[in-house]
Amino acid sequence: MTTYLLRRMAFLVISLLLASTVLFLLLRLLPGDPANSLLSVGASPEQIAAARHQIGSDRPLPEQFVTWLGQMATFDLGTSFISTLPVGPEIASRLVVTVPLTLLAFLLAVVVAVPVGFVAAHRSNRWYGPLLNGVSQLGIAVPVFWVGMLLIAAFALYFHILPAGGFPQDDWTNPGDALTSLVLPVVTIALVMSASLIRYVRSATVDVLDSDYLRTFRALGSSFTMAMWRHGLRNAAVPVVSILGIELATTFLGAVVVESVFALPGLGSMLAKAIAQHDYPIVQGVLFVSTFGVLVIGFIADLVQRLIDPRLRGTLSRSAR
Amino acid sequence: MSQTNIPGPIKATDPDSTVPAARRRGSATLLIGCVLAGAVVAVAIVSLFWVPFAPEDTSGGRLAPPGPPHLLGTDKLGRDLLTQLMIGARVALTAGIGSVALGGILGVAGGLLAGFATRWLDDTISALLDILIAFPTLLLAMLVVAAREASLSSAILAIGLAMSAIVARLTRVLVKRVLAQDYITASRTSGTSWPRVVAEHVLPNIWPTLLVNLALQLGLAVLAEASLSYLGLGAPPPNASWGRMLQEAQATVLTAPLGAIAPGVLLVVLVVGVNLVADGLRDVADPTRRRTR
Amino acid sequence: MSLLDVSELTVRSADGRALVSGVSFTMEPGARLGLIGESGSGKSLTALAIMGLAPAGMTVSGSVVLDAPGLVRTEVVGAAERRLNGLRGRAATVVFQEPLTALDPLMKVGHQLAEPLRRVRGLRGAALRKAVLAALEEVRLTDPGRIAKAYPHEISGGQRQRVAIAMALACEPALLIADEPTTALDVTVQAEVLALLDGLVSARGMALLFISHDLAVVSAVTDDVLVLKDGEAVESGRVLDIVNTPRHPYTRDLVGSARQLDSALDWSRR
Repeated sequence: MTTYLLRRMAFLVISLLLASTVLFLLLRLLPGDPANSLLSVGASPEQIAAARHQIGSDRPLPEQFVTWLGQMATFDLGTSFISTLPVGPEIASRLVVTVPLTLLAFLLAVVVAVPVGFVAAHRSNRWYGPLLNGVSQLGIAVPVFWVGMLLIAAFALYFHILPAGGFPQDDWTNPGDALTSLVLPVVTIALVMSASLIRYVRSATVDVLDSDYLRTFRALGSSFTMAMWRHGLRNAAVPVVSILGIELATTFLGAVVVESVFALPGLGSMLAKAIAQHDYPIVQGVLFVSTFGVLVIGFIADLVQRLIDPRLRGTLSRSAR
Repeated sequence: MSQTNIPGPIKATDPDSTVPAARRRGSATLLIGCVLAGAVVAVAIVSLFWVPFAPEDTSGGRLAPPGPPHLLGTDKLGRDLLTQLMIGARVALTAGIGSVALGGILGVAGGLLAGFATRWLDDTISALLDILIAFPTLLLAMLVVAAREASLSSAILAIGLAMSAIVARLTRVLVKRVLAQDYITASRTSGTSWPRVVAEHVLPNIWPTLLVNLALQLGLAVLAEASLSYLGLGAPPPNASWGRMLQEAQATVLTAPLGAIAPGVLLVVLVVGVNLVADGLRDVADPTRRRTR
Repeated sequence: MSLLDVSELTVRSADGRALVSGVSFTMEPGARLGLIGESGSGKSLTALAIMGLAPAGMTVSGSVVLDAPGLVRTEVVGAAERRLNGLRGRAATVVFQEPLTALDPLMKVGHQLAEPLRRVRGLRGAALRKAVLAALEEVRLTDPGRIAKAYPHEISGGQRQRVAIAMALACEPALLIADEPTTALDVTVQAEVLALLDGLVSARGMALLFISHDLAVVSAVTDDVLVLKDGEAVESGRVLDIVNTPRHPYTRDLVGSARQLDSALDWSRR
C-alpha cells in the first residue's frame, strides 16, 4: 500500500508539473507579447511595463519557463496586470464563495441521486421507473444557466422569497444571509448534477440486482434487504465512487457558470472578467488552482476506490486496464 | 396452484430472448432521437436559404410580443426572435459538429498512437491525457478563447481540443483491448502488415463504440458552446447563439418570457435528440449488452 | 410426505414463451436426482423456480411443495417473500455454476462463510471464527486460515467452489441443489470436487438435486435421472436403466455421444 501511495503522489507531482507546463505554453504561444494585449483594454504605460517585467518578456523563453516553474512551486501566482494586487489572496477571497457553493451543490446532488437512482433501478417495472429515466434524460440535456434563470424568474422575481443574486459584502459574517443567497445557485447546480448521477447510481444498482452473488446469499436464506445491505451496497458504491471525482470537478464547472447567472463574486466570475481584460496572471492563477484542485480530488477518489475494492490493489494506475 | 410473478434477481437465463427486445427498444429510441434532432437540423438547413427577417434588422421595436409579422416577437434590440432562433440552430449545430469533428480526428489519431505505443511513450501520453482531462473542459475552452478573440471558430477550436483528450483516452483503451485479442496475433503471424491490421481489425471493432461516444459528445459540445456564449466568450453578434440569446433575455424574463424560454427549449430538444440517437445506436449496434431493463 | 413435490411446473418468459413446461417430479429425503439437458433446456430455471428465485419478469405456474423436517410444508409458487426467506437455506439451498461471480468480490471469503453460520447456528466471535475454519476443513481446503482471509479473486476456481459448497452446507439444508457445480472448473479438479460433494451429501443424509449437461458426471453421483429437452421432461428413471436402455430419441443421442467419447478414450489407451 505504501509503495502505491508513494508512486501515486509522485504521479500527482508530475501531473502538476505537466499542468504548469501546459499552462505556460498555452499562454506564451500567443502571437506577440501578452503584455501588448493590455493596450486593447486601455491600460496605462506603467501597467504595461509592470506586466512585461512580471512575465519577463525580455528574457529568453527557457529562462521564463524556469522562473514560471519556481513561481508555481512556491504558489507565487504573481500580481494582477490590472489591479496590481497579488493574485493569491484575490483567489483566496473568491474561494470563500466558490468552494461552499460547489460542495453544497455536490452534497445535495448525491443525497438526491442515490435514493432516486436506486428506486429507478429496483422499480423499473412500475410506472415511475421509466418516468425517472425520462427526467434524468432531460436533466443532462438542460443548460445549467438556463435552469438558474428559470429558478430566478420563479422564486425571486415572481414569488419574491429568495434573492435574485449577489452575495453579502461581508462574506460569511452573517451565515444566514450568505446561505440564503446560495440557496438558488446550489439548487440549480444540484438539479443538473443529480440528473447525471442518477444514471450512474441506477446503472450500478442494476448491475448489483442482476448479480450472481446477490442470488447466492438469497439462496442461502438472506432476505433481499439484508443481502442488498450487506453485499449490494458496497459493490454498487465501487463504480459510483469512481466517477464521483469527475462529477465533483464538473460540479465545480457548473459553479463557474452559475456564478455569472447569480452575480456571485466567486472564482468563475473573476475568471470571466480577467479573460475579457486580458489579465493573464489572474487567468493563469485561477486555472492553476482549479487544475490543482481537480488533480487532488482525482487522487483522493483513486485512493478511496482502492480502499473499497480489493481487486484494484494489485494494479498501479487506472489507465493500466 | 397459482400463477404469479415472483420477485427475484434479474438474470437473463435465456439471453436470446432479450436481443430482439433490446434491438426494438433501441430502434424506438433511435427514431425519437432522430425526429427531435432532425427537427433542429431541418430548421438550421432552412435558415441557410431563408429567414423571415435579416439578422441585423432591428426595426421591429423592442421586446414586441408575438404576432404578425414577428411570429415570435422581438428581442431587446428589436431583432426578430424567430430569425434569431433559426440562425441559432445553425450556430449550435456548426459548433457541435465542428467540435466533434476536430476532437474526433485529433482524439482518434492520438488514441491510435497511444494504443500502439510502447510502455514509456504510452505512459507519458496517458499522463498527458489525464492532465488535459483534468483541465475542466469549460475552463480549457475559456483559456483558448482568452488567447484568441471570441468567435465561433475559437469556441469550436477550444471545445474540440478539450474533447480530443477524452476521445483519445477512450480510443486508447479500445485499441489496447483489441490488440490484446487473439485474432490480432493470428493475423500478424500470417503476415499481415500493421496498417492492414489497423484497417481490417482495429478500426472496424472500435468504430461502433466511438460513434456512440462521439454522438454523446455532440450534445456536450452544443451545451459547452451555449455556456461560452452565455458568458460572452462565444460568437459575437450578429451571429445568434442560443446561449447569448438567453443571456440577453435574462433581464426581461418575466416581461418577455418567450425570449428566455424558446432558446432553452430548443437547446434541450437538440441535446435530448442527440443523446437518444446515441443511446439508440448503442442498443442497435450491440444489443447483447446486458441491459435487460 | 415427499421432501420436494414438483407438479406441472411451468416458467414463462416476459414475452410469453414457455421456457419450462409441465415438469413434474418428486424427491424423498436423502434421494439423489439428476436433471440432465443441454443449454437452454430449462434445467437451471427449474432449480431457481424451486427456490422461488426465478428472474423478475418470468411467470411461474404450477406447484412446488417443499416439506422439510422441522419446517412448515410450503407451496413455493406464489408464496410471499418472507415465507420463502425462512425456507431458503434450511429447506433447500443452491451451489451455482460460476464460483467467481457467485461470491461477493469485495468481501473476504471467511466473512462470507460466516454469514450463514452465524444465522443458522447463532455463533459469534471466537466460536464463529472456529466454525468458519472447521467448515473450510470439512471441504478439504488445506491452510483454511489463509483462505478465510483471502478475497475470492485471490484463490483458485476449485477452492472457490469448495467455499461455495461449505456455505451451502453451513445452512444445514434438507435438499442441496447443485447447478453445474463442476462445469466451470478444470478437468483435474472436477473429479475431486465431485467426490467431495458426494461424500458430504451422504454423510449428512441430504437430498441432492444435481443439474448438469454431462451424462457421465450425473450418472456418477445420482440414482435417478430426469432428462429435459426444450423445457419439457422427456424421460425419467433409474440412471442405470436410462444409460443401458434409453427410450426417448433424445436420450438415446445423449447416451450415444457419451459412449462415443468414452470409447475414444479406450482407443487411445491401446
